[in-house]
Amino acid sequence: MRTTDPLLKVENLKVYFKILKGTVYAVDDVTFNLDRGQTMGLVGESGCGKTTTAYAITRLLPSNGRVVGGQIVFDGKIIVRADLPTELDEVLTKPDWANRLGGVLLREEREFAVFQAGGGQILEAEEEMEDEFAFYTELKGILAERGAVPDDEVRERLQRVTRQHLRGFGAGRRRRRREKEIEERIAAIRWSKVSMIFQSAMNAFNPVYRVGDQIEEALVTHYPDMTKEEARQRVLQLFDLVGIDRSRADGYPHEFSGGMRQRSMIAMALACNPQLLMADEPTTALDVIMQDRILAEIRDLQRELNIAMMIITHDISVVAEVGEKIGVMYAGKLVEYGNIREVFEKPANPYTIGLLSAFPSIKGPRRQLRSIPGSPPDLANPPPGCRFHPRCQFAQEVCKYVEPPFVQVAPDHGSLCHFAKEIYEGTLRGS
Amino acid sequence: MVEAESRAVAEEPGEEAIYRVTDLVKLFPVKAGFMGSLFGREQFVHAVDGVSFDIKHGEILGVVGESGCGKTTTGRLLVRLETPTGGSMLFRGEDVATLRGDELKEFRRRVQMIFQDPYESLNPRFTVFQTVAEPLIVHNVGETFAEREEMVAKALESAELRPAEEFMTRYPHELSGGQRQRVAIARALVLRPEFVVADEPVSMLDVSIRAGIMNLMLRLRDEYDIPFMFISHDVSVTRYMSHRIAVMYLGQVVELAPSEEVIKNPMHPYTEALLSAVPVPDPGAKHGRVEIKGDLPSPINVPSGCAFHPRCPYRRDVCKEVRPALREVAPGHYVQCHFAGEIKTRKPDDLVLEEGVCAVCGNLVAKGTKQLTCNCPKIYHEVCAGQAGSCPVCKKAF
Repeated sequence: MRTTDPLLKVENLKVYFKILKGTVYAVDDVTFNLDRGQTMGLVGESGCGKTTTAYAITRLLPSNGRVVGGQIVFDGKIIVRADLPTELDEVLTKPDWANRLGGVLLREEREFAVFQAGGGQILEAEEEMEDEFAFYTELKGILAERGAVPDDEVRERLQRVTRQHLRGFGAGRRRRRREKEIEERIAAIRWSKVSMIFQSAMNAFNPVYRVGDQIEEALVTHYPDMTKEEARQRVLQLFDLVGIDRSRADGYPHEFSGGMRQRSMIAMALACNPQLLMADEPTTALDVIMQDRILAEIRDLQRELNIAMMIITHDISVVAEVGEKIGVMYAGKLVEYGNIREVFEKPANPYTIGLLSAFPSIKGPRRQLRSIPGSPPDLANPPPGCRFHPRCQFAQEVCKYVEPPFVQVAPDHGSLCHFAKEIYEGTLRGS
Repeated sequence: MVEAESRAVAEEPGEEAIYRVTDLVKLFPVKAGFMGSLFGREQFVHAVDGVSFDIKHGEILGVVGESGCGKTTTGRLLVRLETPTGGSMLFRGEDVATLRGDELKEFRRRVQMIFQDPYESLNPRFTVFQTVAEPLIVHNVGETFAEREEMVAKALESAELRPAEEFMTRYPHELSGGQRQRVAIARALVLRPEFVVADEPVSMLDVSIRAGIMNLMLRLRDEYDIPFMFISHDVSVTRYMSHRIAVMYLGQVVELAPSEEVIKNPMHPYTEALLSAVPVPDPGAKHGRVEIKGDLPSPINVPSGCAFHPRCPYRRDVCKEVRPALREVAPGHYVQCHFAGEIKTRKPDDLVLEEGVCAVCGNLVAKGTKQLTCNCPKIYHEVCAGQAGSCPVCKKAF
């Protein structure tokens, strides 16, 4: 049963950053799955939230970044989840709060059921759960009066209860206990099960330690029983795997070329046999020939070791080379998600169409490129309705006010657009 | 080392060349230390090593190559931000390689450069007006403030920053990346230059904005009829932008031909490898790879003979000894290789492989499926190749 589950499930993830002038809605309602051994590409322009999504999974967010909604399930275990009051606080500010609230409570209910049946999948410690259950019943009580009392008043009362729970007596203690619990869970899987290749491999190594020693250190940290000798052997093995000569294990980072440093970074990421490898712009700083080699390397290793991979990049042609699935992000939203062939052949989102027609290629005849007018929005103050509407060639009145639904246009293909079906079928013409 | 026979390019008949570069050389000395300098062991980085080409009227010449191949240095030499060590540069028939003082300043009015990073090439304390008007002040163009203001407004409008009045008072931090690059373009155009070098003008920009800047530059070229030199590491972008492409490797031009010729019919082994490495935004077009060995050699010790010979899959004995000349192999198609035209390089379009029989499992390899090729040449399913580990025909490891 467990093995048919997806390895990674990201459900309605929301990550917001608190800044001086308000809140940055960096990742907003992102949902996707990743199976074992599958490769997914996450594409988008700078500032679209693709790196933040990856950092939320490994919980490497900066201190002002908070997960305010949704959850991340890795290998059947919840590793990141927003607690109920935080999530409610957020939901209640939305105009369609009633519907959203229903969804959140339904999920909560299911979780309580699992908890009462003795399932161990819940994040919180036991007493925590009791706290939350009490809170939940209180909410239910208020909600039951809906109909008799005007909606606005219900909302106000809900807000008051939530705030009290968030800021009132014992809130700090609750939060700290929770943080500790989450941190423990993440620490158990970080690098050993989920590892990451960082954006600037050039600078990811410490310049004053030998590359081999740094990888050894990672091994010894995660396997305290490992002897120095065993760690050394493993490092040499890893160097063979990524195609660097064993003798270079004693080299310093500055003695390595860009491609070699990138390979050593991959070796380090593979050190503890992870099940999920996230690569954040793995080839951006490299020349084409080296990029091609590294991509081939990644593809081979992934096939050989059956690791699930998530490649984060701004270059859709890189995803086209290695991915099986693709997720396209724009302004914190996952706007299109599905099988890579499907998405490239029949894109169902105006942004994806724009992206594809803005990309030059060396294959086929030379065709006119079209840019997307305007520039990406400021995420502290995103446009209402669909976030893409000011730049969209298909935009209509409804796009300005109503947030688009995520439409499943084919079994393995969905798009966040009011007109996803029409665009997919090609019946809608842009201006 | 045998000197290149570089007259080939210069003697090309037909259209008038606006800029003619012959045997251009730029060496940068490497610090050898006290003892080294005492014993005369001075070493040089061969940044540009005997480059010859010409730029025709109203043409965009694309220059591609990996980092460190000398493409930026070539661009900087052409606008005389660097002084060449050797060779001649004829701009409209006038030798500009050795210009100094007032003459150099006058020359710089006629050529302009657009830089890579719009976040760094604009002064953060200058408004857009100050930035664009600065070249006018430096070169003493325009008599009155109003006249200059009008010229700036015109330049901004032609860079599609409309309405110009609104942008003039803004500072760079108030602009997006695309807008900043447009300001940089306006600054380059305000003096009505006769030649512009654009050094990776779009590589720092996001994809959705990049196409807009590229289309703008193409439009400006048509409107003002200015020849451009477009430097980029991205072959796809260069193909879109240029009429002709020069491929550089270790400070030398190894191939120079009309863009579509380079893309569809590469004749130099390096170009072949470079093109096969370019990722294509189409998951169906999995292409075979042409492997070249090793890394880029250091430009301090350039290999003898053909600079590409240590990595070339087609090399023969002569390549190690004699440096090949850049010769015209087909009309307008110059290649710096002893065996250009003889060796059968594979074209990127063939690399979107046709149907064939898998050399490992014997089954049909369908068009557009995941497949690999070997230099020998055989094709396989990607999966079969992964299992076999080496080519069963020529025994070469994948």
